[in-house]
Amino acid sequence: MVVIKTNNLTKKFKDLVAVDDVNLEIEEGECFGLLGPNGAGKTSLIRMITAVSPPTSGDIWVLGGDLSAHSREVKSALGVVPQVDNLDPDLTVLQNLMTFARYFNIPKVEARRRSMEVLSLFQLEDRCDSKIRELSGGMKRRLLIARSLINMPRIVVLDEPTIGLDPQAKYLVWHKLTELKSQGVTQLLPTQNMEEASTLCDRVAIMHQGKVLTIDAPEKLVSSYFGDEIWEIEAAGEERNNIVSVLESRGLEYENVGGKVHVFNVDADEWITGLVRSVEGLRRRPATLEDVFFRLTGRSLTE
Amino acid sequence: MRPFSWRFIRMWQRNGDVFFRLWHAEVPGFIAEPVLVLLAMGLGLGAYVGLVDGQRYIEFIVPGIIAAYAMFSASFECTYGTFFRMEYQGTFDAIIATPLNVEDVIAGEIFWGATRSLLTGTMILAVAAAFHLVHSSWALLIPAVCFLEGIMFASIAVLFTSVVPSIYSFNYYFTLFITPMFFFSGVFFPLSSFPSIVETVSWVVPLTPAVRLTRALVSGELHIGLVWALVLILVLGAAFFSAALVMMRRRLTT
Repeated sequence: MVVIKTNNLTKKFKDLVAVDDVNLEIEEGECFGLLGPNGAGKTSLIRMITAVSPPTSGDIWVLGGDLSAHSREVKSALGVVPQVDNLDPDLTVLQNLMTFARYFNIPKVEARRRSMEVLSLFQLEDRCDSKIRELSGGMKRRLLIARSLINMPRIVVLDEPTIGLDPQAKYLVWHKLTELKSQGVTQLLPTQNMEEASTLCDRVAIMHQGKVLTIDAPEKLVSSYFGDEIWEIEAAGEERNNIVSVLESRGLEYENVGGKVHVFNVDADEWITGLVRSVEGLRRRPATLEDVFFRLTGRSLTE
Repeated sequence: MRPFSWRFIRMWQRNGDVFFRLWHAEVPGFIAEPVLVLLAMGLGLGAYVGLVDGQRYIEFIVPGIIAAYAMFSASFECTYGTFFRMEYQGTFDAIIATPLNVEDVIAGEIFWGATRSLLTGTMILAVAAAFHLVHSSWALLIPAVCFLEGIMFASIAVLFTSVVPSIYSFNYYFTLFITPMFFFSGVFFPLSSFPSIVETVSWVVPLTPAVRLTRALVSGELHIGLVWALVLILVLGAAFFSAALVMMRRRLTT
């Protein structure tokens, strides 16, 4: 079942087209990643899907309903983890959750039960009475994720959920998100972290300048663009020019990256190993989602 | 304008919870200060003031102090307070991701601002009554007047907040709008003591009808002109309330 569908979705701010004719279909229970450089339109897209910002044109259906007509119903089934901490600094950890539960009209006893449940899920149960400013950055992010689960959402939208987390906390969050997925909760995950997208997402969309450039499973994207591996050849000056001309004569795909030449879709290793004088300047590594990202969105800064 | 729903009560409750957690920080501004002004002006200045009808000066200023500090409460709450929650704490962003819409959040803000007016006005009234400065049981209606006045001032404040670029802009609001009203709305001197141009302006600024209503309720001298004062508060309140909802939707949902 499709739980999020957008149709020719567009958002304009004055002269800037932030989201440009986006068509998405997200299936129930899937973890869907949104990748793109800063300013690609991920946040504008998310703000429209979560009914915070109205589209300039196009339609959005969430959980079977037209979003513009059923925003309250949709929002009551949604969990949102914002990129920037917006916990209530005037309230304690537990009060934050209890107050948030009240926005969803969850009765007090049930709200307390769920609060304790999500706190222990993210190992925060002994911080119940802490003030928000006493929490570390990592604890705040864990609390934000815990807060987004208080209404037992069918869809959670996690904007860079592990940004600023130490590796321990990052793996805890990844583990919990995987568990959540196994319970059938759909996840929409804008992220800059390619490892995160490869680990968690069933499919990713890569966005650039407001447009969705491609959508597929991370491993399929990688293999369709680069095969399995990438050869990196360190070379400069005359040697580099020679290598490049040989690559071109053989019709191989390559890219100059800094002091290296990356070569893709190499069928026979000898094509490459014959090119260089010493093996020290040669490295073969698995292709990653990051390579796809660079290929599609370029290597220069976008803003 | 899109309507707000009963869910505004959740925003109101949130603000109430925070207020009663931190209430001790609010006492000096909204209880101690008005009582201080009342005593200093009433007893100090009042010793030199002879009113035409023989009324004591401190009795004359009680209703004005109630209405003026009710105004201050709603105004501070819905300028600095609202701006802080909106821009620095991200509170509104967090809440509009829940079933509350922008209109519910803003209505909650305004009704909370009005509640602050009611609390402040009632406290000053209680102190004044304890000093035997209130002589009419009509004064029991003063909390209700403070609440309506509070809706009006909270709405004006939220409307201003919806267009300001930074927190420093509120200096203009208080210096050019709120403080002049404090002095030129009949709180400390009857409007008739001003030059006629000032008196004319005073009649149309929103604090004046509130002072007239509280003054009549404290003294028990009701007259038909008060209907006009009440209508003015209700009409201004409704107009600014609607405008605040519209402008805040613009600011928060682009």
